[in-house]
Amino acid sequence: MRFPPEFKVVRDQEKCTKCKRCTIECTFEVHGYDKKKKRMVANDENCVACQRCVFTCPTKALVIERRPPTFSDHPTWTEWIRRDIMTQAKTGSVILASMGNEKPYQSLFDSIVIDACQVTNPAIDPLREPMELRTYLGRKPEKIEIENDALKTEIAPNLKLETPIMIAHMSYGAISLEVHKALATAAKEQGTMMGSGEGGLHKELYPFADHIIVQVASGRFGVHEEYLKIAAGMEIKIGQGAKPGIGGHLPGPKITEPISETRMIPVGTDALSPAPHHDIYSIEDLSRLIYALKEATRYKKPVFVKIAAVNNSAPIATGIIRAGADAVVLDGFRAGTGAAPQVIRDNLGIPIEAAIAAVDQRLREEGIRHWGSIIASGSIRTSADVAKAIALGADAVYIGTAALIALGCTVCKKCYTGKCTWGIATQVPKLRKRLDPEKGAKAVSNLIQAWNHELKEILGALGINSVESLRGNRERLRGVGLSQPDLDVLGILPAGK
Amino acid sequence: MCGLGGILNRRGKRISGKEIIAVANAMEPRYDGRGGGFAAYGIYPKYKDYFALHVFLDDEEARKKTEEYLKERVEIKKDEEVPTRNIKEIPRQHITWRYFVDAPEKFKEEDYIVETVMHINDCIEGAYVASSGKNMGVFKATGMPCNVARLFKVEDYKAYCWVSHGRFPTNTPGWWGGAHPFNILDWSVVHNGEISSYGTNRRYLETHGYKCRLLTDTEVVAYLFDLLVRKQGLSVETTAIALTPPFWKHIDRMPEEKRKIYAALRMTYAPAMLNGPFGIIVANRNMMIGLNDRIKLRPLIAAENGDFTYIASEEAAIREVCPKPEKIWAPKAGSPVIARLNEV
Repeated sequence: MRFPPEFKVVRDQEKCTKCKRCTIECTFEVHGYDKKKKRMVANDENCVACQRCVFTCPTKALVIERRPPTFSDHPTWTEWIRRDIMTQAKTGSVILASMGNEKPYQSLFDSIVIDACQVTNPAIDPLREPMELRTYLGRKPEKIEIENDALKTEIAPNLKLETPIMIAHMSYGAISLEVHKALATAAKEQGTMMGSGEGGLHKELYPFADHIIVQVASGRFGVHEEYLKIAAGMEIKIGQGAKPGIGGHLPGPKITEPISETRMIPVGTDALSPAPHHDIYSIEDLSRLIYALKEATRYKKPVFVKIAAVNNSAPIATGIIRAGADAVVLDGFRAGTGAAPQVIRDNLGIPIEAAIAAVDQRLREEGIRHWGSIIASGSIRTSADVAKAIALGADAVYIGTAALIALGCTVCKKCYTGKCTWGIATQVPKLRKRLDPEKGAKAVSNLIQAWNHELKEILGALGINSVESLRGNRERLRGVGLSQPDLDVLGILPAGK
Repeated sequence: MCGLGGILNRRGKRISGKEIIAVANAMEPRYDGRGGGFAAYGIYPKYKDYFALHVFLDDEEARKKTEEYLKERVEIKKDEEVPTRNIKEIPRQHITWRYFVDAPEKFKEEDYIVETVMHINDCIEGAYVASSGKNMGVFKATGMPCNVARLFKVEDYKAYCWVSHGRFPTNTPGWWGGAHPFNILDWSVVHNGEISSYGTNRRYLETHGYKCRLLTDTEVVAYLFDLLVRKQGLSVETTAIALTPPFWKHIDRMPEEKRKIYAALRMTYAPAMLNGPFGIIVANRNMMIGLNDRIKLRPLIAAENGDFTYIASEEAAIREVCPKPEKIWAPKAGSPVIARLNEV
């Protein structure tokens, strides 16, 4: 017994010229040609609504529609719960999912509004006045000492960004080399950083290394001396917002020759990232790895530590900063992923907004806020989210899914199949070719540029001309429809107060 | 809108309060009567080695509690009511008492006095310390500056540095404590405008033990000067760079060593940067400083004549007492005017 399909392919037979382009574009084997009937047919059951055929059909003859709910309505036993139960009854397996949390939790970002100037403090027009987004990530000194017109205080290595927006860690293996190139080119063009992800760095990315933060994750894939030395900074991944407490698994078929070389594992073997690092079972162990990386790079580069946002993020983050990290990366419970157990993705972790607020507040209470930066990631969807994250206390953000959408991703949530029709989450050569790294770079660069413009508009409306005056400036935020405990956690007042 | 005025005699010659009252009165259209005040340096030569605490007290109960607390903490050399006259324009909200006190020797006396002031403001109901510096005092109330001057008989005092403020409040309600100048130790601040970075600045100061309880943005300016200059030992010039730094595009073009210093200051003092439209005058026993926001969204004019330096929101106010100054100019956005005692 099979499920009724989720989507329906609607083909305008008048417009269809039977060119069969859709059969080539679709990797899920939806489209076909019925020789007897001499017409194109569709197998709706396989459709994932990736929209590839719709976008590429030369005569615009295709529309993908959602089919009406199959089951009778029930508020508790939703169609999706019933489908999942039936699937598991059949397979006895964990349900795999891609992209971010799909449960409709209240969005805190969407319950926060930003202040604006009227009369008493004039708004600033970013088109006429300078407006600054430059951001430094890393440890800052407590104070500056100047002697005989020379700087006496030693400044720890910081990453210099021309925007508080960075491109998130997505591994080569999960995404294609072309995507990595596009992201790196965009990062360079916008004066920001991209994360390597945990799959090492392909040699073709080395020329971009001064705009790349290389990741050291539990699998230690592709970690070697040169990898650390050429990068702008390093990041130890302890956890990921989409799957806190869970490791990773890149299946053998995806380990092609170049990926094998980059990850330093044999072709065709599964790339398994254990849930914990096997040499980190405590904060002391983490500190040793932080300093091992610093030693290896002669203390010239900052080391960040990434954790999933969880209940105890605040004390954990202070521990991480005290252990020597130059920044803590908080990955919220809506963060994206190439593959994660659905139950983990949808139910574990806490919202990024709450984590930023709690960590920023705790670091301040301990008087060590300047020891390290806070980077927020996981479901940063718009420039408004960036502004709100910064006002809550973040120094910078990572964008992952948003950058992929700029590249053409339609969030069909089938990354784990490796059949990405848009040539993003795939290693299949003919699919990879669908993404032109140069055009992709332009798209991602455009996105960051557009958000920079919007951030400047927001700053101008707030009457401030530098992003550092927004950082932690919760006075300029208000909550709409939030409970008092939520407001207390975020450290903001309700609208009207 | 508010109006600022400041006069410093760089040789330390003391002049009558009448001068600053004239400066303040020339800017009356900038005020709405909900706050006025003066800071005066050099007014208590007889007690110049003692911290002069000007305290607003709601009632006898508050006075008793304040005195009990002060007796525990410090040696009170002398105390008395600040002389006032009854005027119909300003109903009496508080009695104003002044205490000349000395900190016990074993403590770092300035930190000790700051703690004492913070405790009174925070924990003693109905008591508020308006000023706490040596040989200086703040006179302020809810009213036009001309009436505040009459109330406290400001014309009777002689000071080598005077600062005035008239208020047109748009963010916090007018009460005596909320009027300017704001003061901590001998730092006094008057401010026209809004500190749009207040939330960022306040949280930065809180990590350094300051309690911003007045819920007004001007308070942070006084504390930032106290933190950077007194506690961290930055020069006033460097502090001004930290608070209103040049834009990165200018820093990037500086010669190597200078660029390193400016970049380090911006990185380190990012949360101390003052943003938003403002003109401020900051004074202490040694100097008077005028400072504008980074794109000069509020007026500020400076002038020099002989030993005198003047700073005011309007040129007309300066010319009221000094019709033909030798030099008069509009300081550039973000560039401080620093006039020092004994620098002639």
